[in-house]
Amino acid sequence: MSENRDLNAVLAGFGGQGILFMGKAIAYAGLLDGREVSWLPSYGPEMRGGTANCSVCISDEQIGCPLVTEPDALIVMNRPSFEKFVSTVKPGGTVVVESSIISAKVERGDVSVYYVPATTLAEQHGLNGLANIILMGKLLEATGFSAMETMEKTMEKIVPAKKAHLIPKNIEALQLGAAY
Amino acid sequence: MSQRVLMKGNEALAEAAIRAGCRYFFGYPITPQTELAAYMAKRLPKIDGCFLQAESEIAAINMVLGASAAGARVMTSSSSPGISLKTEGISYMVGSDLPALIINVQRGGPGLGGIQPSQADYWQATKAPGHGDLHILVFAPDSVQEMVDTVANAFALADEYRMPAMILADGMLGQMMEPVTLPEECGVTLPEKSWATNGHAGDARNIANSLYIDAVELESLVRARFARYAEIEEKHSQHEAYALEDAEVVVTAYGASARVAKAAVREARAKGIKAGLLRPITLWPFPKKAYEDAAKTAKSFLCVEMSMGQMVDDVRLAVGGKRPVAFYGRTGGIIPTPAEVLGEIEKQAGGTE
Repeated sequence: MSENRDLNAVLAGFGGQGILFMGKAIAYAGLLDGREVSWLPSYGPEMRGGTANCSVCISDEQIGCPLVTEPDALIVMNRPSFEKFVSTVKPGGTVVVESSIISAKVERGDVSVYYVPATTLAEQHGLNGLANIILMGKLLEATGFSAMETMEKTMEKIVPAKKAHLIPKNIEALQLGAAY
Repeated sequence: MSQRVLMKGNEALAEAAIRAGCRYFFGYPITPQTELAAYMAKRLPKIDGCFLQAESEIAAINMVLGASAAGARVMTSSSSPGISLKTEGISYMVGSDLPALIINVQRGGPGLGGIQPSQADYWQATKAPGHGDLHILVFAPDSVQEMVDTVANAFALADEYRMPAMILADGMLGQMMEPVTLPEECGVTLPEKSWATNGHAGDARNIANSLYIDAVELESLVRARFARYAEIEEKHSQHEAYALEDAEVVVTAYGASARVAKAAVREARAKGIKAGLLRPITLWPFPKKAYEDAAKTAKSFLCVEMSMGQMVDDVRLAVGGKRPVAFYGRTGGIIPTPAEVLGEIEKQAGGTE
C-alpha cells in the first residue's frame, strides 16, 4: 500500500486558468508514485461556455469510475464552479478556493476549506500565470495525495520543453501554495 | 518491458495501431474521437504512412475498403453518427471478405444526439453494422490499457477471418488519460494476403467484389461465412469474471459502464452482499457460455448500460430464462454513478433473500 492518500478530485474554473494542466500534473505525480490514476476532462460545449473542469483519481486499486461526482477534494477557480461543485464534496473533504477571484464563503461546516488568493500571490511573487500551481501546492499540503519531492519531479517532467525555463517558477509556486 | 506512460484513450488507440503495423488511416473528424485522427495526421506521414481526411465518412470507409482490397493494414475511426454513415461500406467489406479496424468512440444518439459518452450503439455494432446476413468482430475494452492491448488482436483476427473488426469505445474511454504500457515497436510482419488485388501479372486475377447476381452462389458464400462465424464463436469470445465464484447478484456490463459496475460491486462486497461482475470483452462473439455458467450459482442478474437496455437482450438469451435479469441504465450522455448501481444491487440482494 502506498503511504500517500487516495484522491478523488474535481478541479474547476475558467478555460485558460490551467485547470486541465493542473489535473495532468496531479495524475502524473500519482503515476510517478507507481499508483493507479485517471484524468477525465470535460469537453465540448461545456468548455465553450467558458468553464473547464476535470476529474482526477489516484488510488492503489484500479480506478472504478473516472468521472468524479462526489469529490473528496475540490479546487475552484471561479464563481460558477464554486456554485456548482462545493455542495458535491463528500463530508470530511477538502475545498481549495481561489479567493482573489471568488469572494463567497463556503457555508458548509463539514469540509475543510482553504481560501488562497492565488492570483494576487502570483502577481506579488513574479509568478504570473501560475495561480493554478499555487492552489495545487495547497491541495498537496492539505490532502497528502503525494510528496512535495514527487510533485517537483512532476513539474520537471510535464512542463513542455519550450517552457523549461519556467520549471523553477512552477516549483516556487508549489511551495508558496503549500506554505500559505 | 516498456515504461508506463500517461496517455489519452484516443491517442493510445492510434499509437497502438501504428505499433501493430497500421500505416493507413482514412477518416472524418467528429467529437469525441478527433484526437485519434489528429494523432494519425501527425505521425503517419513521418513513417511512410498515409493519413487522409476524406470529404465524408462514406468516402473514408470506401478508402478503407480500397486499401484493404490492396492488402494494406488499414483503419478508420469515428463516433456514432459517423459510424451510421459508414455502415454501407462496412457491409460491402463483409461482402467482399475484407479486413479492417473500425473504432467507434460512442456518443449519445439518435441523430446527431449529443457528444457525451454513451453505449447506445450496441445494437448497431452487434446486430446490424450494415445490411445483409453478417457479423463483424466487436471488442469492448474497459480501460486505456485494454484498448491498447485489443488493437493488435483485432487486426490479427480481422486478417485471419477476412472480416472487419470494431472496437466499441465511448467518449469517456476516448477522452480520459490513464497509465498505459505500450507494446514494443518491433517490426510487425503482416500476414500473407494471397487474395489481395495488388497486381498479379500472369497469375489468375484477384477480385474484391460483393455483387453476386446468382442466388445459389450468394447463398453458398453467406453460408461459408457463417461457418467461419461459428468457429469464431467457439474460439474467440472473451470475458472477465470478477468475484463471481460465490456471487448471488451477477452484475454484467461492458466498457465504461463496467468500470462503474465494478466499483459498485466492490462496495457491495464491503457491505457483505455477494455480488460479482461478468464483463464481456467481446460483444460479438458474445460470451454466452460464461452466462450459462454464472446462471448455475447466481440468484439474479443485473445488466448495467449507458443506454436504454440493448445488451440486456443478449444477456437474457444467454441466461435462457433460468434466472431473472434486471436492467439499470442511463442514456443521452449520462454516466451512471457507482452509488446508483449499488442501490440496484441492494434491491436485487433484498429481493433474493
